[in-house]
Amino acid sequence: MILLFTKKHTQFFIRREMELNKLIELKDLTKNFDDQQVLKGINLDIYENEFLTLLGPSGCGKTTTLRIIAGFEDPSGGQVLFNGIEISKIPPYRREVNTVFQKYALFPHLNVAENIAFGLKLKKMEPIIIKSKVERMLKMVGLEGFEKRDVTLLSGGQQQRVAIARALVNEPKVLLLDEPLGALDARIRKQMQFELKKIQREVGITFIYVTHDQEEALSMSDTVVVMNNGEIQQIGKPTDIYNEPENRFVASFIGESNIIEGIMIKDYLVEFDGFQFPCVDKGFEDNEKIEVVLRPEDLDIVEPEEAKIQGIVRNITFKGVHYEILIETQFRTYKIQTTDYAEVGRKVGLKFGPEDIHVMYPMGAY
Amino acid sequence: MKHFRHLIKPYLIWSILIIVIPLLLIGLYAFTEEGNAVLTFTFTLENFRKFAESTYLNVIIKSFRLGILATVICLIAGYPLAYIISKQAEDIQSFLILLVTVPSWINMLLRTYAWMNLLSDNGIINNLLGLLGIDPITMMYTDFSVMLGLVCNLMPFMIISIHTSLSKMDHSYIEAANDLGANPVQTFWKVTWVLSLPGVLNGVMLVFLPAISSFVIPKLLGGGQYMLIGNLIESQFISVGNWNFGSAISLILAAAILILMRLVKRIDVMGRQEE
Ligand SMILES: Nc1ncnc2c1ncn2[C@@H]1O[C@H](COP(=O)(O)OP(=O)(O)O)[C@@H](O)[C@H]1O
Ligand SMILES: [Mg+2]
Repeated sequence: MILLFTKKHTQFFIRREMELNKLIELKDLTKNFDDQQVLKGINLDIYENEFLTLLGPSGCGKTTTLRIIAGFEDPSGGQVLFNGIEISKIPPYRREVNTVFQKYALFPHLNVAENIAFGLKLKKMEPIIIKSKVERMLKMVGLEGFEKRDVTLLSGGQQQRVAIARALVNEPKVLLLDEPLGALDARIRKQMQFELKKIQREVGITFIYVTHDQEEALSMSDTVVVMNNGEIQQIGKPTDIYNEPENRFVASFIGESNIIEGIMIKDYLVEFDGFQFPCVDKGFEDNEKIEVVLRPEDLDIVEPEEAKIQGIVRNITFKGVHYEILIETQFRTYKIQTTDYAEVGRKVGLKFGPEDIHVMYPMGAY
Repeated sequence: MKHFRHLIKPYLIWSILIIVIPLLLIGLYAFTEEGNAVLTFTFTLENFRKFAESTYLNVIIKSFRLGILATVICLIAGYPLAYIISKQAEDIQSFLILLVTVPSWINMLLRTYAWMNLLSDNGIINNLLGLLGIDPITMMYTDFSVMLGLVCNLMPFMIISIHTSLSKMDHSYIEAANDLGANPVQTFWKVTWVLSLPGVLNGVMLVFLPAISSFVIPKLLGGGQYMLIGNLIESQFISVGNWNFGSAISLILAAAILILMRLVKRIDVMGRQEE
């Protein structure tokens, strides 16, 4: 675990801490179901106004983490702090957190306005105030005039909006969203991604968003938390997660990658595939075993003599904007995305700059 | 699919034979005078006028009171049970529901005789009380014994129909209510109860209808003098032999039940809109 906190990482934490207040802290959070440990010590700070996404494959513990924050599950170990106060024992109905459920869970016996007013009525608010708040929410989610509609007859996208309005009308400090776009078709999904981000800026509260879709995570979030197997793999801005994956799991889960074992000769010099390359990474032990990530779009095809690594074009596929080319070299097959065409069978060189090499710890080093 | 439509025909003929024709006959009897002639009918409203006499009116009022009370008791006792069962793990739930149905595996008459043995003046309960030095209590042939018999007999229907609607309810509604600030009591009344109303109404029907027209239990546990509307109809057909009056009472009971069912349905719809 200690190895996870590289210098980069720490700097990122310091930056976040200076700007914003910590709202939620998860401290060494564990959760067991029967014999299975689904959360293995989660440490995470969540800040005010932050759009934070838990990203990971299905079954990695994202929903469980979210449900512990909402209060629907008790942690088996560790702490959940809210504004510095331990809340593990506080029931969900007394937490300043609201949830948008995966399947919306709109009350079928209530109409749109009554669904949204549910939380306000419990607070014994004046009917006239409730009415105006409901109207404002409906306007924000683009459902003006839908007050009297039957929720069971709305489309998936509309139900989604009602669910968001029903949660936000209570003015929570944090909104939890569990794969809220999972049930929508691709086109509406894109639009809702955009709108969710807009709503988050408008209301200015923390969103904790759960998804297994890396593209969704990267395009919406301020901070992405990559999880696997009940453990956090990396925390960072979307660009950092994409450009500087810290291990093989993150590199392969986020986008497509060429992952190559190598040796860090010394700071700024790495060796793989029998050659030494200058790079921008440092802070590893000399001669430490590492892995290198080369993103397909960072690689270029050049004449063989212009590059150290050489190979033969084995396959070329047109992908709309670019070609995807497979190049077989002495040690492995590289995947390349480029707008240049190269016929199958041609001998080519593989070119990349120092900044295209991303060095990370190998899988299983921690 | 079209040719499947013909499959309904035998069923139609069957229902005409066993439902529609008897109903028509009851209607015919109810509006005719008593007589032996098979093919000559004298139409009359006398049978209905006779029912308006206070002796008979009291019987129907008593029956409704008893039926409503039995239904309320089944509901108040059955709902918590159904609720607790629905909170268990799935395999435990099916086992508990099985347990609820166990009494109905035994013939209803046998069960009723068993109650008679337990409740009678020198029955098991009074004997036990005697051992404790308590004077025997008369339990047989009272409202209490009839009510006990009805409730025990009909309770499973209430429990099962409420359990059905509770167990298929999506748990996320309850979490959503919690999430929006409803404590467990508020969550129950604003969500769980309202969403289980169809099951409750179903159970009410399944208990109330047999309760109001039962005649075996009141006869055995209430004694020969205990008259409910079911006993009245039975006696008109079997011992008195006035089929015409018996048919009229049956029609009145059917009409009363129909009106009541409509009322309940209205309450159901209104309850949902009001929320
Ligand atoms: N109530 C539960 N009982 C037993 N196992 C559970 C329960 N909820 C989740 N799990 C298990 O915990 C693991 C993590 O689940 P979850 O948090 O839902 O993952 P994700 O949301 O990332 O797909 C899965 O293996 C799942 O089967
Ligand atoms: Mg999940």
